[in-house]
Amino acid sequence: MAEAEESPGEQEAGMPRPLFSGLSDISISQDIPVEGEITIPMRARARELDHSTLNESVRHTIMRDLKAVGKKFMHVLYPRKSNALLRDWDLWGPLILCVTLALMLQKSSVDGEKDGGPQFAEVFVVVWFGAVTITLNSKLLGGNISFFQSLCVLGYCILPLTVAMLICRLVLLAGQGPINFMIRLFVVVVMFAWSVIASTAFLADSQPPNRKALAVYPVFLFYFVISWMILTFTP
Amino acid sequence: MATPAAPASGVRNGAGPEWGGFEENIQGGGSAVIDMENMDDTSGSSFEDMGELHQRLREEEVDADAAAAEEEDGEFLGMKGFKGQLSRQVADQMWQAGKRQASRAFSLYANIDILRPYFDVEPAQVRSRLLESMIPIKMVNFPQKVAGELYGPLMLVFTLVAILLHGMKTSDTIIREGTLMGTAIGTCFGYWLGVSSFIYFLAYLCNAQITMLQMLALLGYGLFGHCIVLFITYNIHLHALFYLFWLLVGGLSTLRMVAVLVSRTVGPTQRLLLCGTLAALHMLFLLYLHFAYHKVVEGILDTLEGPNVPPMQRVPRDIPAVLPAAGLPVTVVNATAKAIAATLQSH
Repeated sequence: MAEAEESPGEQEAGMPRPLFSGLSDISISQDIPVEGEITIPMRARARELDHSTLNESVRHTIMRDLKAVGKKFMHVLYPRKSNALLRDWDLWGPLILCVTLALMLQKSSVDGEKDGGPQFAEVFVVVWFGAVTITLNSKLLGGNISFFQSLCVLGYCILPLTVAMLICRLVLLAGQGPINFMIRLFVVVVMFAWSVIASTAFLADSQPPNRKALAVYPVFLFYFVISWMILTFTP
Repeated sequence: MATPAAPASGVRNGAGPEWGGFEENIQGGGSAVIDMENMDDTSGSSFEDMGELHQRLREEEVDADAAAAEEEDGEFLGMKGFKGQLSRQVADQMWQAGKRQASRAFSLYANIDILRPYFDVEPAQVRSRLLESMIPIKMVNFPQKVAGELYGPLMLVFTLVAILLHGMKTSDTIIREGTLMGTAIGTCFGYWLGVSSFIYFLAYLCNAQITMLQMLALLGYGLFGHCIVLFITYNIHLHALFYLFWLLVGGLSTLRMVAVLVSRTVGPTQRLLLCGTLAALHMLFLLYLHFAYHKVVEGILDTLEGPNVPPMQRVPRDIPAVLPAAGLPVTVVNATAKAIAATLQSH
């Protein structure tokens, strides 16, 4: 490499020359390896996955996706400051949760046929448009989270409220009354707090530090509306 | 070791692009290879990179023509010609693709970026503006300052929606499930956007100095009083309490908005028109929110259980779906008609 270094030194006094013109005369000694793979980590992994997942069985694909969804459920139930939900976001979990919630919130009464349809659509629209609004709000406030990552987190954090819905339906099987109502109120409030804390744990890091409260408040309202729909549901 | 780049730089005089050294030494269109590599890079989706590349290619062509005119060696001309044509075509294709992609993405994201400066607030600012919205300032000779932000008003509208749902649901759980959300959202957003536009139009007629954004922000923060009143009176169902809060809290937030508008309008008739309209609409909206949703429920419950149930003892209960069974359209405007219909139905 001594040859390359001499040339810039010689040329300093002369007129300015184009860049890289001195590289053409570098001689490479034998013991420095110049062969190898240029690996760009993300792209290479994606291509590798493409080739290898095309030939696997359907059961294997579904199990892999279900395991990913299940892993994220665990992250929501035990919220720690981790990047798992953000890094490998997917929208399967939110879809499953939203459809489950909307199906359970439907009334099964016969004399309310007109109300059966809008009920499902109402919950669906509230969940998805609420999540989109919160995402836009946090982006406008200067957060550096992507659109789908935020949708993913908000959707997954509906899990505690879905569990609350299941418990409420079971409790309602025992009949209605003030004690019944108090139990349901307690369960829904606890799950609501859990949802808000879980989503805050994931979303708060993406906001500028002094504006966390501004981004958390609409999340609070969103889960409040869903909790209210769950609490006031009567079959 | 002598540098072979010296003759090249002598010819070009540093006027060409930076790949000058390679061009002279590597056969077969060396700088074309480098240009293509540059294009294969992520700059395919970057507007500026393509523009810069296109510009550089055009410059290169101009330089190539200029150099070819001076240069006697035909070998260089052939190389440049080949490189120019091929790379120009590829560059054009990439340019078109990149431009299309970029303009699509830009038109999507530009809509968000237009609103970005209106969301540039701190929590302390929002808190202070919320408190100030209840304090009228009596300064009518100079235009009062109105903060032009949309975060606070938007959050207040959503809070009002949530409070309305809370109020509707505790009284009326089953009958209007399908339209509960829609009614609440439509009412609140319709009021905020509709009345703001209407008052802005009146302000234009009355020659008041206020922009649409300021009007939206002013009315949005004026909903803070509504939120407080409704939150308290949906939980404590005393009419006297409601009237007191309506006058006090509603009146304060209306006075604040009126003072701002008066300070920005000239002429007594214009001031009266503008401020009278706003005051009437704002106070009547609070009245409507409390009584329209409240009355329908009261009417139904009174009919079904008799008038001797005191209002404090309402709990969520199964209310048989009287109105949908009768096929009557469900609106919350005329409470008396509904009460009558419910009475007729149950006989």
